[in-house]
Amino acid sequence: MLESGYVACRGLCDTPVMDVRPVIMARSLVKRFGDFTAVNGIDVEIVPGEAFGFLGPNGAGKTSTMRMIGCVSPVTDGDLRIFDLDPSTDGREIRGRMGVVPQLDQLDTELTVAENLLIYGRYFDISRRDCRAKADELIEFVQLAEKRDSKVDSLSGGQKRRVSIARSLINDPELLLLDEPTTGLDPQARHVLWDRLYQLKERGATQVITTHFMDEAEQLCDRLVVMDGGEIVAEGSPQGLITEHIRREVLEVRFGYGRNEQQLPALDGVGSRIEVLPDRLLIYDDDGDAALSELHRREIVPESALVRRSSLEDVFLKLTGRTLIE
Amino acid sequence: MHTIASLGPVRVYNREWTYFRLVWRTAVFGSVIQPLMYLMGIGLGIGELVDGGPAGPDALGGVSYFAFYATALIATTPMFVLGQESLWPTMDGFTWSRAHQAMIATPLSSRDVALGKGLYFGLRGLVAGAGVVLVLACFAETRSWGLIAAIPVGVLTGLSYAMAFAAWVATRDTDNSFSALLRIGIIPMFLFGGAFYPVDQLPPVLEAIARVTPIWHGIELCRGLVLGGLDPATGLLHLLVLLAFVTAGSIAASITFDRRLRP
Amino acid sequence: MNTHAVSLPLRIVPTAMLSIRRPQRMIERSAYVYRRGWLILLSGFFEPLLYLLSIRVGLSALVGDIEMGGRTFSYDEFVAPGLMAAAAMNGAVFECTANVFYKIKHSKLYEAVLATPMSAGDVALGEIGGAVVRSGLYAIAFAITMWALGLVASPWMVLAIPAAMLIGFTFASLGMALTTFMRSWEDFEYVPAITLPLFLFSTTFYPLSQYGEWAWMVGLSPLYHGVELVRAADLGVWDGSIIGHIAVLVGLSVVGLAVASRRIERLLLT
Repeated sequence: MLESGYVACRGLCDTPVMDVRPVIMARSLVKRFGDFTAVNGIDVEIVPGEAFGFLGPNGAGKTSTMRMIGCVSPVTDGDLRIFDLDPSTDGREIRGRMGVVPQLDQLDTELTVAENLLIYGRYFDISRRDCRAKADELIEFVQLAEKRDSKVDSLSGGQKRRVSIARSLINDPELLLLDEPTTGLDPQARHVLWDRLYQLKERGATQVITTHFMDEAEQLCDRLVVMDGGEIVAEGSPQGLITEHIRREVLEVRFGYGRNEQQLPALDGVGSRIEVLPDRLLIYDDDGDAALSELHRREIVPESALVRRSSLEDVFLKLTGRTLIE
Repeated sequence: MHTIASLGPVRVYNREWTYFRLVWRTAVFGSVIQPLMYLMGIGLGIGELVDGGPAGPDALGGVSYFAFYATALIATTPMFVLGQESLWPTMDGFTWSRAHQAMIATPLSSRDVALGKGLYFGLRGLVAGAGVVLVLACFAETRSWGLIAAIPVGVLTGLSYAMAFAAWVATRDTDNSFSALLRIGIIPMFLFGGAFYPVDQLPPVLEAIARVTPIWHGIELCRGLVLGGLDPATGLLHLLVLLAFVTAGSIAASITFDRRLRP
Repeated sequence: MNTHAVSLPLRIVPTAMLSIRRPQRMIERSAYVYRRGWLILLSGFFEPLLYLLSIRVGLSALVGDIEMGGRTFSYDEFVAPGLMAAAAMNGAVFECTANVFYKIKHSKLYEAVLATPMSAGDVALGEIGGAVVRSGLYAIAFAITMWALGLVASPWMVLAIPAAMLIGFTFASLGMALTTFMRSWEDFEYVPAITLPLFLFSTTFYPLSQYGEWAWMVGLSPLYHGVELVRAADLGVWDGSIIGHIAVLVGLSVVGLAVASRRIERLLLT
């Protein structure tokens, strides 16, 4: 069943495959803290083997959603089922079948890398012998063999993150929750992590990832929702969202701070849509180079010009009028 | 130039005073409530047993156990308070808040920082000693003008430990060993230094060791000042020993502070 | 399966307590931590031992004998079980106040544990259990020392070890419950303001008869009930009041555990 879900989904489908029972099903899910509504009635369905993303800026409600899915935060309203179980009554069983990588590492700082995995496995009631074998295998998998007996305090940020991932896998989870897995890491460490996560996906584990990095969402997710202010504003595959909401390429031009808007009349008709930011203009078009030639033809000379592939960042900008990372 | 140098310790002390106001609650507990509890719990309770014990009221040379124990608190309380005060807060100045480094970035010297610390310890000890004395003044058995004279003796006793501890803290990178230092360096002083019973009750070796500790000299002097029966020569000797400990500790602190703070 | 339908008696017992399955995992974790920190473990035993030695070499001779239950005991024989009980209290309080606060606020240990099948009740009982084990170890070490010094008056002394563990349980539960209400490290300054009077006024140093008209207040101290238990076992002098002492300690333990588990749930599962 896992395998079929995975195969069915690898073709970057826009809609979930309906013949598979969803791993996570949320209907009108709400989370309130006092007067503050963190999650405001979202619907999500995630099928086995899928890598599903929650993309949005800080405060969009991603972590609150993840905590509800992780059965460590009671649902305020709406329905949530995980593995077809109810988190309010079967939390223990659900948690036993998933792995969690929290936003900030919660490693046991008083223990070594190997002990962290070993003790964590014991919380799942895995025998000490199995824990040891599994811990060694996972330490190998995240390439930390030489740090096996070091205290986690002495590790770098990227290494700690890898320990967190290894630890979350100790119980062979069917579902992996990754809350901003690479925030705060340097580019090299991010790529190592992406590589490991991709391998895990190949093995068929369902992954739920939150991120505010569009490149991360593009790299890791088959399907994602864009969240803003506790609500879902768009849903689809990374490529699908780009083609649906904007064009394939972007021409970024700068005329100097605050002078970008004045150029708009002169640019009329260039590209399919123009977004004005304080420091630059974004011209969306299927062919960015063609748009740039058009600028040259009109003898408009910006301080700088750059053609790039459009990204989820641009989708987010279009949908909410704000950038992801402020 | 010279005025700045001599005012230096006062400036450092100013900062410490601000900090002190934040922890006055702890100070009241440590200097008034805690000694009062010991006095009621140990002084009165065990006192009743000792005074009615096999040696009778003469066990302590005609002094009641309550008075005997109470007078020791004038020395032990500043020792406890300054023992703690000289460890973590001093470490804080070097590592966590790096306030000491900030100070020597001004015209203050590392010696000013060390002696300013000492000045603050002295004030803190004064508050601690005054608290105990206030409590003792409430009991007829210990009410005497000698209490006033005993306060500075308590301060010197506390400083004997605090300056040495501060000197040692300046050589440390972590606070790992601090709890152990209190357990090994302070608690045995309290238990074996002559507060609970005369040190001649101890086995000879322990007695010899007890007689060279600052706490024993402090306790003996405080006791003599409050309860009488101390000849001036012995009293002067106790005072000189305490002064020697404080001076040695201050010199050590000046040296280690300088080493630590030198760029 | 509606949670509101849970019957009244079950509601009085917090759900966090009903969900206890494997608290022993937390003890297992502590064992790993202390494998490297055994020196810290050992140093906690040092202080009561020094008290005992100081009293033995110096104070015993001044105080003379103490009479209890028609028999006379030397003063160090009388004080030793009191110190043993106080050591159990201090060890448990240390383990379950500052340490627990650090794990809740700073290391986020419990958050990580609650993401696994472990429950808030498992965490609370597990941490308290760790403190109980520690109290038991201190008690054994202290009992051996007492025996070596010739201070064990009765073979019933073996029962002093479970008694010390019960004291550990009581103070660990109460300490942990209290800690869940603390906001900052400064609040911990109040802890010695509670433990010191308990240490001094729980018949640790002299018999209840000496408290005169204040004796009823001594009964309010949980440590007093513990001291009575340990002393009864050590000296072999006891009567029916033992049941009352045990009941008080067990009762306080259960209340502490219930409050602690519920509060941990409230604090971390939001």
